[in-house]
Amino acid sequence: MSNSDFDIKYVANLARIRLTSDQEARLGSQLGDILGYIKKLEELDISNVEPMAHAVPLHNVMRADQVQPSITNEEALANAPKTANGLFIVPKIVE
Amino acid sequence: MILHELTIGELTAKLASKEVSSREAMLACLDRIDAVDNRINAFISLDREDALGQAEAADAALAKGASHNEQSLLGVPVSLKDIFCVKNQPANCASKILGDFLSPYDGSVVQKLKQAGAVIFGRVNMDEFAMGSSTENSAFGRTCNPWDLERVPGGSSGGCAASVVAQECFGSIGTDTGGSIRQPSALCGCVGIKPTYGRVSRFGVIAFASSLDQVGPMARNVHDTAALLGAIAGHDPKDSTSVPAEVPDYVGGLDVNLDGIKLGLPKEFLGAGIDPEVQSIFDAAVRQYEALGAEIQEISLPHTEYGVATYYILATAEASANLARFDGVRYGDRVEGDDPFALYCNTRGKGFGDEVKRRIILGTYVLSSGYYDAYYIRAQKVRSLIKQDFDQALEKVDALITPTVPYTAFKAGEKTDDPLQMYLSDIFTISCNLTGTCGVSLPCGFTSSPKLPVGLQLLGKPFGEQELLKIAYAYEQATPWHKERVML
Repeated sequence: MSNSDFDIKYVANLARIRLTSDQEARLGSQLGDILGYIKKLEELDISNVEPMAHAVPLHNVMRADQVQPSITNEEALANAPKTANGLFIVPKIVE
Repeated sequence: MILHELTIGELTAKLASKEVSSREAMLACLDRIDAVDNRINAFISLDREDALGQAEAADAALAKGASHNEQSLLGVPVSLKDIFCVKNQPANCASKILGDFLSPYDGSVVQKLKQAGAVIFGRVNMDEFAMGSSTENSAFGRTCNPWDLERVPGGSSGGCAASVVAQECFGSIGTDTGGSIRQPSALCGCVGIKPTYGRVSRFGVIAFASSLDQVGPMARNVHDTAALLGAIAGHDPKDSTSVPAEVPDYVGGLDVNLDGIKLGLPKEFLGAGIDPEVQSIFDAAVRQYEALGAEIQEISLPHTEYGVATYYILATAEASANLARFDGVRYGDRVEGDDPFALYCNTRGKGFGDEVKRRIILGTYVLSSGYYDAYYIRAQKVRSLIKQDFDQALEKVDALITPTVPYTAFKAGEKTDDPLQMYLSDIFTISCNLTGTCGVSLPCGFTSSPKLPVGLQLLGKPFGEQELLKIAYAYEQATPWHKERVML
């Protein structure tokens, strides 16, 4: 659980966030401190403990497979930065 | 009578007797906002016409004989944190990235408030995406604490607490992921409850950390908080984590009898780190409970010191997944790029503020290949230990009693350069979210110089909101703190 290998450039890239070099330096050092603090959890023996994802025991919640009212195509696209022919437009993905 | 000072209980009585109209109550809030909000900055935006339209509709319903028995909040103006979807209104989560987004639908809490007759208005300020403890991380500027404008109102629901205490609304609805309702309630001097996980629907609430987020009300006293909670609680088929449990009559359940009530004082919460004046005010509150007939016993929550570290792994991991949706494709602002990858990076680099970036990057790291077990799974296991502590403690006592925050409102800018210190301000509130239990903060006194409110926190059993509100009410009715009004 060492944080010396925390590479801010690499992780920011995984997170799809462009950082300026100033931000890389500042956020990188702050995250180093935070990761140092988080290492506290290594003190605990957790060998026989089950992980807990939720406070309430969850089960799959099913509903009947019936068509329900929902927003229209026009409403769904109303907030999009770019649309055409009822679709979201993004830059070309495949050459 | 100064209309904007009334409690919800007082206002509904006057609406019912036609002494006051909902339009007058709404206008009183708007006048108050015009008079003080240039100093407080609680409101990001406000649709006056829509608010007055709702108030007039409530007046028309009252004139036709509608009653508060059927619609408990009929005609009551309530502000909303900028995290709720209200049809055709903006929702920005105090971020730049959502641009000129307008919600295409009403969230479930909004629908319930409308069904209860509330006049819902405004978008109040918060930390961006609810990430923060001071309402300084907002693209719309910081909100000021009404007791001292140099100080923060707490966060992330700082705009809710400030708008309630500055009397710009009669109540407000916020969200609490690690203390975001209780901490600002304490620092501003109002009452706020984080209900049990699953008590209130999260449908139509912009998600931060889905296993921890919960919606809850903030108001001037326990009665009003109970009334708001009753209106928004309940199962919702649109939120698969909402629990199909009956909603009790929270207001009807309030009484001042504490006979047989046992309160647990977690020994790990006390001692180091608490401001001495906060400690002595808290000690006096504990003595008051004893005088009222409650039995106080010391209990132990051995894993308390691991709460903040556990939280910042789990909450950031969940946030990194939830906030992936802000990609510049379906809504919000877009910064173009030559390919989709560049478009995502540019859009998110420009649209998110520093704290949101920090948390997404931390969350991405703890979930990344090679670190998942060491951080994320380990934190989930420690979460189990913290939950066991709470389960065992709450078998012995009816509720836990603690200060809400170790200190009073701090000065703006004091902790912004040191995120870790900011995170530690949630040290007493965070375990309630990890365990999914319920917690309430209420005023228990003021420091002398400067005069700043101090909050008392009560933590209760899962779905024990009724009991918790009753315990809070008994103290409130025996003390003068809830009657204090800020001079602005």
